[in-house]
Amino acid sequence: MPSTTRNSAFRQGIVAGLPFLVVGGPFAALFGVIATQAGLDMAQALSMSFLVIAGAAQFTAIQLMNEAAPVWAVLAASLAVNLRMAMYSASLQPHLGAAPLWQRLVVAYLNVDASFALGIQEFEERPERPLGEKVAFFIGTMVLMAPLWVIGTLIGVLAGDSLPEGVSLDFAMPILFLGLVAPMLKRLAHLGAAVTSVVAALAFSGLPDGIGILFAAFLAMAAGAEIERRRG
Amino acid sequence: MTDYTDAQIWLIIAVMGVATFLIRFSFLGLIGDRKMPDWVLRHLRYTPVAVLPGLVAPLVIWPDATGGATDPARLLAALMTLVVGWRTKSLLWGAAAGGLTFVALEQLF
Repeated sequence: MPSTTRNSAFRQGIVAGLPFLVVGGPFAALFGVIATQAGLDMAQALSMSFLVIAGAAQFTAIQLMNEAAPVWAVLAASLAVNLRMAMYSASLQPHLGAAPLWQRLVVAYLNVDASFALGIQEFEERPERPLGEKVAFFIGTMVLMAPLWVIGTLIGVLAGDSLPEGVSLDFAMPILFLGLVAPMLKRLAHLGAAVTSVVAALAFSGLPDGIGILFAAFLAMAAGAEIERRRG
Repeated sequence: MTDYTDAQIWLIIAVMGVATFLIRFSFLGLIGDRKMPDWVLRHLRYTPVAVLPGLVAPLVIWPDATGGATDPARLLAALMTLVVGWRTKSLLWGAAAGGLTFVALEQLF
């Protein structure tokens, strides 16, 4: 029964995505607060969260709007932050590229750091899974997060400054992503890529947001691929 | 408060939304189910370990919450997450170890 196994893949995706809700909710609320302070009304703040669903890019846009930057500069900076997602798209293609167009449209809309990292880990662990299950898993990781991102924004808009200060929740995001990466470090090539990524990202931290990580990622991918080629 | 008109704000939102979607759709959409060359696939295999560590490294080493000052509690917590996550091959154990380390060290100092 393919639909039963698809349902269970969908549920697995939901469960895998649960830890990220802890971070996503407060993060979205914070966005609602600062977007309101920057002069966005409720419809605008909610529309941005619904259409963009990308925390870092949304915060970048608001920060530049607070500095009264020109419209083109707001767009250039926030979109630069999202360019890494083209790499996610390329990396998902070998696994999901054969899916029907409408499914690829949904996957693309939901392609964020967390869903990409959860999805690619699952697909590499079980490459033999049928395509439909892979798509179901991927969508499952975001089926709660995506609405929460908009609802969290709404709470932030309504609560404004009366929102309680987070208890060092800023550190929950790095911890979750490091926890995701750690099991992926299976071979020397993965470790080499990860170390290159860290060193290069720190070295390029003076570049505009989103650009340094692109260069760092290219170098790190080259390092991983080269180690793999030499060691087989 | 900003000096943007309503139309300018909506323009920012619309362009960000459409362009972000196109970035996310790019390869999934254009390449579809054709097979990419082996050397490209060999590079793409390293995408998650090439992007995510670099994405979080500055947050661990120069956290906003401390005004950018390096914080031993965060460094140790990040290390614990990596070591435990790697040994147990589990996000949850790794994140729990890192989170507890961070909370414990924050209490101490």
